[in-house]
Amino acid sequence: MSQSDHHDEHANEHPKLGFWQAYVFSTDHKVIGIQYGLTALVFLFFGFCLMMLMRWQLAYPGQALPIFGSLFSDATMPGGVMLPEFYNSLGAMHGTIMVFLGVVPLAVGAFGNFVVPLQIGAPDMAFPKLNMASYWSFFAGGVVMLYSFMAPGGAANSGWTSYPPLSDIATAGQTYWLIGMIFLITSSLLGSVNFIVTIIQLRVEGLTYMRMPFFVWAQLVTAFLLLLAFPPLEAAGVMQLMDRLADTSFFLPTGLVVTGDALQVSGGGSPLLWQHLFWFLAHPEVYVLILPAMGIVAEIIANNSRKPLFGYKSAVYSLIFLGFMSFIVWAHHMFLTGMGTTISAFFQTTTMIISIPSVVILTVFFISLWGGRIRFNTCMLFALGFLPMFGIGGLTGLPLGLSAADIPLHDTYYVIGHFHYVVAPGTLLALFAGIYYWFPKATGRIMNEFWGKVHFWGSIVCMNMIFFPMLIQGLAGVSRRLYDGGASYEFAEPVLHYNAAMSHAAWLLAVFQLPFIINFFYSIWKGKQVDRNPWQSTTMEWEAPSPPPHGNFDTPPVAYRGPYEYSVPGAEKDYTPQCEAAEV
Amino acid sequence: MDKFWGMPDIASAHGAEIDQLIGYVHYLMFALFIFWGGFFILTLIKFRGSRPGPANYAGAKGKFSTYLEVVVAVIEAVLLIGFSIPLWAKRVNEFPTQDTNVVRLVAEQFAWNIHYPGPDGVFGKTSFELVNNETNPIGLDRDDPAAADDVTTINQLHLENDKPVIIHLSSKDVIHSFGIPEMRIKQDIIPGMSIPVWFTPITEGNYEIACAQLCGLGHYRMKGYVTVHDSAGYQAWLDEEAALLAEEEEGDDFWE
Repeated sequence: MSQSDHHDEHANEHPKLGFWQAYVFSTDHKVIGIQYGLTALVFLFFGFCLMMLMRWQLAYPGQALPIFGSLFSDATMPGGVMLPEFYNSLGAMHGTIMVFLGVVPLAVGAFGNFVVPLQIGAPDMAFPKLNMASYWSFFAGGVVMLYSFMAPGGAANSGWTSYPPLSDIATAGQTYWLIGMIFLITSSLLGSVNFIVTIIQLRVEGLTYMRMPFFVWAQLVTAFLLLLAFPPLEAAGVMQLMDRLADTSFFLPTGLVVTGDALQVSGGGSPLLWQHLFWFLAHPEVYVLILPAMGIVAEIIANNSRKPLFGYKSAVYSLIFLGFMSFIVWAHHMFLTGMGTTISAFFQTTTMIISIPSVVILTVFFISLWGGRIRFNTCMLFALGFLPMFGIGGLTGLPLGLSAADIPLHDTYYVIGHFHYVVAPGTLLALFAGIYYWFPKATGRIMNEFWGKVHFWGSIVCMNMIFFPMLIQGLAGVSRRLYDGGASYEFAEPVLHYNAAMSHAAWLLAVFQLPFIINFFYSIWKGKQVDRNPWQSTTMEWEAPSPPPHGNFDTPPVAYRGPYEYSVPGAEKDYTPQCEAAEV
Repeated sequence: MDKFWGMPDIASAHGAEIDQLIGYVHYLMFALFIFWGGFFILTLIKFRGSRPGPANYAGAKGKFSTYLEVVVAVIEAVLLIGFSIPLWAKRVNEFPTQDTNVVRLVAEQFAWNIHYPGPDGVFGKTSFELVNNETNPIGLDRDDPAAADDVTTINQLHLENDKPVIIHLSSKDVIHSFGIPEMRIKQDIIPGMSIPVWFTPITEGNYEIACAQLCGLGHYRMKGYVTVHDSAGYQAWLDEEAALLAEEEEGDDFWE
């Protein structure tokens, strides 16, 4: 290894790595970020495929699935007709895969890993080997989840929430689910420690907390949520595993009779204990899904409106407040478990309070546009699309958060519509925005704008056609997780005709992902080459070469100002990078 | 505003209040969405990139957004304190004590067992050790004197119009959720617990009980039926059941 004093050979300080060390068992945050990203995109597509299968059954209950139906075994779809067990497996695994193997790894593992060290001017994450361990633990969790489809009785089929006693007495797939979850939780815990230390310790000179890009703030708060919320679920997962494998009764009360036979267990446990432990994680988890998305949107809106974020500080304080509050709203998922007035009043109040910082952040984004010179490029379209879509997601949370209004809406399609608006046209649009935005940094090439816009318009229209009718079906009282979509019930009849249209929209949504997939791979090798700062952005990741070498920057940058100094009066150009030295 | 946006017809006394709250919340949601949506579209047009002049570094002025946030917070507080909390208290704290019908409902994969106390108004003892899926799905102890006149039905709930009913919900196996959309009633049923709900049917007719919590492969077909009778009809049904029970007992005596 030859040391060089020249800055332009800075990258050569690192030894040349072999293929396995450079691309597979890498400790470089950028490679790990890309590994997370590609793996998560594959899982997102897989989770989406599970849903497309379910949508066939919902649109045409009990009819044989043409062409693809013959690919499935008799234990899942005999003669192409889906069995209820398989439908329940698909539902449980769709939720699990989308949340824990798709969106979180993409939002935190991929964007967090790739972008955070660059935005704070660091050469890498604080603990590179921990980072690699985090990815491979995630990968192992994913493999276990996929393998569970081969288990006797199929994959887990008790919902992504895995409520006992049903999950305690479920087929072997549930055991795989729990083991997979333990790997995934371990991965998130390792990652979260790494993010917290990196952001606190490795910020370059001059990058005070209030000069950090909003995205870094979002990742910091997210890391705290993961660190504090996941251990209870890990404990609960081990307890449920013991219930299943060692005949304990953490979640099983005395006196259960299943299909006519008394269950031979000691009893004395409580099914509600699981719900508390689960939602103590899973509510903060909702903010794990949404905060990085908000961070991405903040970056892109500031960049493409060519002006500073309006009310950056109030957005940051709201973010921190949101993080704290997210730990004391969990039981609003449990209003109908026999809750008294006092407890329900407490959780309704915290739920209404948590809506305020979300409103503040969304307001910051809306008002930031005022006075801008808005560039409608693909990443901006996705970021703008996020705003009204997340708006619908947030607003539909209000009736669910008021316990009296929740009575008829609880566990109906209204709930499904609500959280899909938050996560699909909300978070996913923001994640796509992030891919289009940071693609040039990762590859040195830019994705095609025209096909990006086709991808955007197709996706947003189809997503609304899928999710909006769910709100209507929910108001009509149709329960969620029904194998026939509610066809057994007379009261559901007036709203069931939406199901076919919703399913067609879901399949069309898949078609509109093709331009993205082709654009993505084509652009990696054949996309238009661009310089290191194609969007004329101010934040520090754009100071590094594209793609950044091992160690990231030519010289360690210094931050002289806040993150979004666009269109500064009197400045030569309409952006003043964070690390551009002030003119004397 | 007694029927909001395709919600089912209301068939219980408290249903209108629930729907009123749902309606108000949705009006707030529409107002916010339309206001911000309008602002959004206007901003995108007004500040599109092709317009002349640079972006404005200072951005929007004034405190309008803060005022709007305060207004939203106040409306939410009113909905919470003025509507949701009192409505909830009525459902879970203010159970009627006199002139009510009381029944037990025991859920199982994938059926609703309903247990009526009979003329004596006292439920007979039950035990999970006595459960037999064919002959005694709820494990009723017929040796208990209070159980002699108890009536049980499967998947068919009979109610009396204009009279409050208290239903004690319990489950034999997994979590279920008891919901009757027209009654604006839903309650999770947690094994190991007995959770009461109450409501007053106000419209005679037939309704469906829908399970709302995933309870296994038959969740989708875990459907029950509700019949709301007038008082005379309800009494006639009770008499009919009592007569059937007496016949059965005579039969039993004969073989003993």
